[in-house]
Amino acid sequence: MTFMKKTLAASIAVAAASSLAVSTAQADMSDGEIRIGYLADMSGTYRDLAGPGGEAALEMAVEDFGGSVNGSPIVVFSADDRNSADVGANTVRGWIDQDNVDMVAGLVASSVSIAVTKVLEENNGLGIVSGSAASSITNEHCTPNHIHWVYDTYPLANGTAKAVVEQGGDSWFMLTADYAFGHALEADVTKVVEESGGEIVGGVRHPFPTNDFSSYILQAQGSGAKIIGLANAGADTVNAITTASQFGITQSGQQLAGLLIFLNDVHALGLEATQGLLLTTGWYWDMDEQSREWAQRYFDEVGRMPTMVQAGIYSSTMHYLKAVEAAGTDDPETVRAQMAEMPVEDFFARNGTIREDGRMIHDMYLAQVKTPEESTGEWDLYEILSTIPAEEAYRPLSESQCKLVQN
Amino acid sequence: MAESQTMTAPSVVLERQKRAKFRRNMFYLALIVAGLVAPFLAYPVFLMKVLCFALFACAFNLLLGYAGLLSFGHAAFLATGGYVTGYLLASYPGLTPELGIIAGTLLATLLGVVFGVLSIRRQGIYFAMVTLAIAQLVYFMFVQAPFTGGEDGLHGVPRGELFGLISLSSNLAMYYFVFAIFIFGFALIQRTVHSPFGQVLKAIRENEPRAVSLGYNVDAYKLVAFVISAGLAGLAGSTKTVVFQLASLTDAHWHMSGEVILMTLLGGVGTLLGPLMGAGIVVSLQHILAQSPLGNWVSVILGIIFVICVLSFRSGIIGELDKMYRKNFK
Amino acid sequence: MTMIFGVPLAVFMGQLTLGLVNGAFYALLSLGLAVIFGLLKIVNFAHGAQYMLGAFAALLGFRYLGINYWLALFLVPLVVGAFGVLLERFLLRRIAHLDHLYGLLLTFGLALIFEGTLVNFFGVSGARYATPEILQGGLNLGFMFLPTYRAWVLVAALAMCLFTWFMIERTRLGAYLRAGTENSQLMQAFGVNVPLLITLTYGFGVGLAAFAGVLAAPLYPVSPTMGSSLLIVVFAVVVIGGMGSILGAIITGLAMGIIEGLTKVYYPEASNTVIFLVMILVLMLRPVGLFGKEA
Repeated sequence: MTFMKKTLAASIAVAAASSLAVSTAQADMSDGEIRIGYLADMSGTYRDLAGPGGEAALEMAVEDFGGSVNGSPIVVFSADDRNSADVGANTVRGWIDQDNVDMVAGLVASSVSIAVTKVLEENNGLGIVSGSAASSITNEHCTPNHIHWVYDTYPLANGTAKAVVEQGGDSWFMLTADYAFGHALEADVTKVVEESGGEIVGGVRHPFPTNDFSSYILQAQGSGAKIIGLANAGADTVNAITTASQFGITQSGQQLAGLLIFLNDVHALGLEATQGLLLTTGWYWDMDEQSREWAQRYFDEVGRMPTMVQAGIYSSTMHYLKAVEAAGTDDPETVRAQMAEMPVEDFFARNGTIREDGRMIHDMYLAQVKTPEESTGEWDLYEILSTIPAEEAYRPLSESQCKLVQN
Repeated sequence: MAESQTMTAPSVVLERQKRAKFRRNMFYLALIVAGLVAPFLAYPVFLMKVLCFALFACAFNLLLGYAGLLSFGHAAFLATGGYVTGYLLASYPGLTPELGIIAGTLLATLLGVVFGVLSIRRQGIYFAMVTLAIAQLVYFMFVQAPFTGGEDGLHGVPRGELFGLISLSSNLAMYYFVFAIFIFGFALIQRTVHSPFGQVLKAIRENEPRAVSLGYNVDAYKLVAFVISAGLAGLAGSTKTVVFQLASLTDAHWHMSGEVILMTLLGGVGTLLGPLMGAGIVVSLQHILAQSPLGNWVSVILGIIFVICVLSFRSGIIGELDKMYRKNFK
Repeated sequence: MTMIFGVPLAVFMGQLTLGLVNGAFYALLSLGLAVIFGLLKIVNFAHGAQYMLGAFAALLGFRYLGINYWLALFLVPLVVGAFGVLLERFLLRRIAHLDHLYGLLLTFGLALIFEGTLVNFFGVSGARYATPEILQGGLNLGFMFLPTYRAWVLVAALAMCLFTWFMIERTRLGAYLRAGTENSQLMQAFGVNVPLLITLTYGFGVGLAAFAGVLAAPLYPVSPTMGSSLLIVVFAVVVIGGMGSILGAIITGLAMGIIEGLTKVYYPEASNTVIFLVMILVLMLRPVGLFGKEA
């Protein structure tokens, strides 16, 4: 209904505009503007992962694009979702109903992203999820109205677990956060470890959130497993790693495998506690010349090195704007189709394509956290060990439960 | 002379009461009209959010304002209503929204009985802490229970068709349904407060030992008030879930219990309209701040309002207005 | 191998020790709450935030002023305690004559302000505070490897608890304090400066929280939200113990640490909830708490 109204309004605008002999390209932009809404956690747990730094990346993209598409100015809205699904969903509903926002960017907490994409589907909007980890976003929760850009848990579990087993880490102890997300991650890891010839020798499910991990680390130590897999996120992961270093886990020959850990976490924890940690990342600022160049520009502006999510926000916004330009309209359906047609190839994404389930697949990287001796600067944190090709990294479409995929 | 004066006094009082009642009724009528017109002037989804939180705050106020009990665990009822309704509506497509809401409300009411039995014998600060701790237990249950979706939340709740007839998918239809629920809840509280039961509650609040000595079973009265309040909080949560089509852990977190206290305190504890006013202000404030450069400072600003309210604004906005009115017009 | 309830003795002992370390934190924090509650009759909702401020003061003191751990352990409680004195003098005192629930609400508002402000400056990822050189490494206890720092935490926290207990139960100042708790008007009549006593008591309670914060800094990531989750647990500990006695707060704190520690072995999923379950049980059997006095 609202969409009908919108297209009607748009066609009236088209008629009016052409009669005024304005270029039709400009008239095809609803309201004569490209409106992008940036929704992220600006003040809570995920602030450092995307937050204000992600907004800065988005603004950079808009600026680099020239501030307008085919003569229509680009306008950015932004809001704090406070990690609350209903605040997020409400904000986006308001943006669509009242402000005619064309695309929603950011989207960090999985709960918020899932809620927002439902709203987008209902109102035929467009969203690009950059911050969320849940692979369900393009699996059981997929919609034709959103794209998942940077990473998800599947390549993280897949990449890290496979590489670790190949390096000889064939016995695992799982430290799992006891809720849906942790269980899913644990299941993914278990599958990969067993397929690669490894074995899960034990595990413990800890409540979410947990403040003190000493007891669980002690249990992991007692299990004799070579690898302790951390199927948790955020503060829990940080806490577990800190505690492990206090108990001398790495000195006694066991190794940690972080399944969901970001640059800002490693930076905050310091190399003393995180050295040797294996992880999978979608991007790293120091991985090549192109990335360094962009990261340096970002650093000059923000004062921190960008996380993969912040880089992804820049990359996805650029790709969106290019698609709008190529399609000559900001109509969500057309733009979504146009985005999928163009390969994604920039400083962030290599061999990137957008699949029918909305997953943007691209090369992922297996990284190891450097030792304090190896590191040459505050942000010199990872060493990239190998590249995981896009096709292998993500969940294959043949296993997809997405309603948009014909199996 | 003296006799006639004593004769007229009661009738004057009666007359005054009658006029006050008339004024009050006119006022409520105006409020209802305002509520009916509102969605044409403001964004209906925003209004629905205000109404849901207003109902939540009214329920909370029944307990704090009229029974003198500060619960720091009311988020548990909001969330229980929300999750139960959300789960039922999402898993049983045949279920109509009003049945889902009733089920959610009933479960929240039941939870209220459990909370009440455990906490009602404690007073003041102890009561606040006990309710907080039990609510925390409920929070952990929701984190781990499979049907809530944990951190991801419960999504895709259909708005469905009211009584199987009226589609609620349009915001306007949904708004009037929510408005009707709010009016129902508000009227129920209004009736409770003005009933003999409400009078006893107030007596307990003012002087509990005296109420005991008068032979009232104080604990039973408090328990009933608690259960009504819990049920209405659940109703607010259930309705909210149908409106936003999701339920999440935010509603169960103890910050939510704090927020409802703030709404009530800001609007005016123990006033009927205070919670509505307070909810309106807090929700608008969050909405406006979230999209402004001050967005990062939401919790700091709420904290400052809290401190100001407690230090020098304890009767809240409605309470202060009421004082001013009494001073100048009576 | 000796087994206890299906768990090797070594593991059992290890978990017991770790539980005791956590219990020491609970004891220290609930002790602070109990001291404040005793005289001011308010529940200090800002206690978690003040604990967090202690950890941050240590971190920032080290980063910008080069204050080392040992100096911080001494200075930070004084500085944060002094801040507490200001809060009491200029905010809490103004509502002292009102229902004590207002005190709870005021401190809740303060907690929101402290946390929100620090989140804006330092984010929430949490920063590392280095363990002092001399306490690095670990002790081999035979049944487990115990990091030296944790052993130190246990010793330091217990020492502080005993010191506080001694101060309150065995000194003249403590006697005033206890008397003030019983009947402050009478104390005033005897010429004791009760308002000053109240201010200092609040400062002392806040100082205890800050002391716990400094102890925690090398253990957990220092983040603005580190206090708020802990606070709720400490509230439950206080309800279980009853607000009556200083010793009650200490014993209950340690006991809850141990119970929680053992739950982590037998049924880890419930380890966050077990304290609340104990609380409900206690409330049903003994509504005033284990060490509480009937009102």
